[in-house]
Amino acid sequence: MPRLGILALQGDVREHQATVQSLGIEPTLVRTPQQLEEVDALILPGGESTAIAHLLVTSGLREPLANRLNEGMAAFGTCAGLIALSAEVLDGRSDQWSFAMLDVAVRRNGYGRQVASFETPIEVESLGLVPGVFIRAPRIERWDPQVEVLASHDHGDGEHPVLVKQGAVWGCSFHPELTSNAEIHGLFLQHVGF
Amino acid sequence: MTTQENFGSVGTARVKRGLADMLRGGVIMDVVNPEQARIAEDAGAVAVMALERVPSDIRRDGGVARMSDPQMIKEIQATVTIPVMAKARIGHFAEAQILQALDVDYIDESEVLTPADEVNHIDKWGFTVPFVCGATNLGEALRRIGEGACMIRSKGEAGTGNIVEAVRHLRTINKAIRMLQLADESELFSMAKDLQAPLPLVLEVAATGKLPVPLFCAGGISTPADAALVLQLGAEAVFVGSGIFKSDDPERMAKAIVEATTHYLDASVVARVSTGLGAAMKGFETATLEQRLSERGW
Repeated sequence: MPRLGILALQGDVREHQATVQSLGIEPTLVRTPQQLEEVDALILPGGESTAIAHLLVTSGLREPLANRLNEGMAAFGTCAGLIALSAEVLDGRSDQWSFAMLDVAVRRNGYGRQVASFETPIEVESLGLVPGVFIRAPRIERWDPQVEVLASHDHGDGEHPVLVKQGAVWGCSFHPELTSNAEIHGLFLQHVGF
Repeated sequence: MTTQENFGSVGTARVKRGLADMLRGGVIMDVVNPEQARIAEDAGAVAVMALERVPSDIRRDGGVARMSDPQMIKEIQATVTIPVMAKARIGHFAEAQILQALDVDYIDESEVLTPADEVNHIDKWGFTVPFVCGATNLGEALRRIGEGACMIRSKGEAGTGNIVEAVRHLRTINKAIRMLQLADESELFSMAKDLQAPLPLVLEVAATGKLPVPLFCAGGISTPADAALVLQLGAEAVFVGSGIFKSDDPERMAKAIVEATTHYLDASVVARVSTGLGAAMKGFETATLEQRLSERGW
């Protein structure tokens, strides 16, 4: 049985944990390189991307996690997790780095600051409508052809992807974990062999 | 306030509480200028609180403490990419309107500033921006949530560098939650009356065993060990006010408190980051204080 981990340095770890528990999976919380070795797939939660990036370095996880991802480990990032997995980060700090597993360019807070945070139903391929909660959300502004778009949203200026996958790596600009709907997590886990 | 735009709803309880969820396991730092904001972000803060004077200086200077100058808030917003919070006086809804117009990410209706209304807190449901409020006990926390607060922070005693009040408030809140969980259903009505808290919220807490919104800790945290202590007592994130920029080496202290907050269950990490930090802020014995900020608000 493969083992699912949740990166537990900062952010809405508890919500991801509850979501996957509702699917009958007991995840491992990953805060150290040793814990990373125990898991076969990893969820990167929402949170503050700069804080999580900083903590990845100080906890010694940056390099081993980059290696695991490059070796093909499955990963699912929401919001800050999407930023961490993206190839290019726009409007980030000058020293912002990322794992570059998804060939997309994301703009931090691309939908605005907190007062512009919003929720709206999102049509996901093969699932139908799911609730979309966008909080200071990153916006996917460019994406390469090898990136598969599973859902898009038109925020008044054309369709932009909000749920994407490239191989075993998935990224989502909203927060399925903040709702009681576990379908996106289920879809990801099913695709990566759980 | 929920406003339906053509692309979605803004200001819903879920998006307001959701930002608090994103800050969990993090450190929110008080900063008084863009340079400090930069240091905070570099150290891994999840958000900054923009204010003119840290609580220990407010305590020293006396006088009326008000909302900060919008110019300073804007400069800090332009400097960092993390959320920027700002404080409004208790009951001062006009200050809160200004802060919302400035696009701050969270408003702290704070006892650290001089209260503007001795009876009413701000009606927070009417705002798109979320609010955090302080509480010393469960009834106070639930009254604030009833008024629309999306995050509760235990008050502690701001500007003292003394953790004793924060511990008291956290333990008081969590003990009351445990008592609700143990109570017979028929006892909850009178417990709601004793707590002076809205009955539906009391029933919710009794059923879930936690507040309906995240519980953070503020007021007196000044070392990595303090952060590890309050997180083990059930706080989900920490606010650090004077504790960082009144210490000997703010940059190191900020980083150390961030690491201790993530690895609060691993004493070897907290030990490592605590080593050779230099002096924490001097602090006060709370028994000798002339003004207890935690008594403001009700």
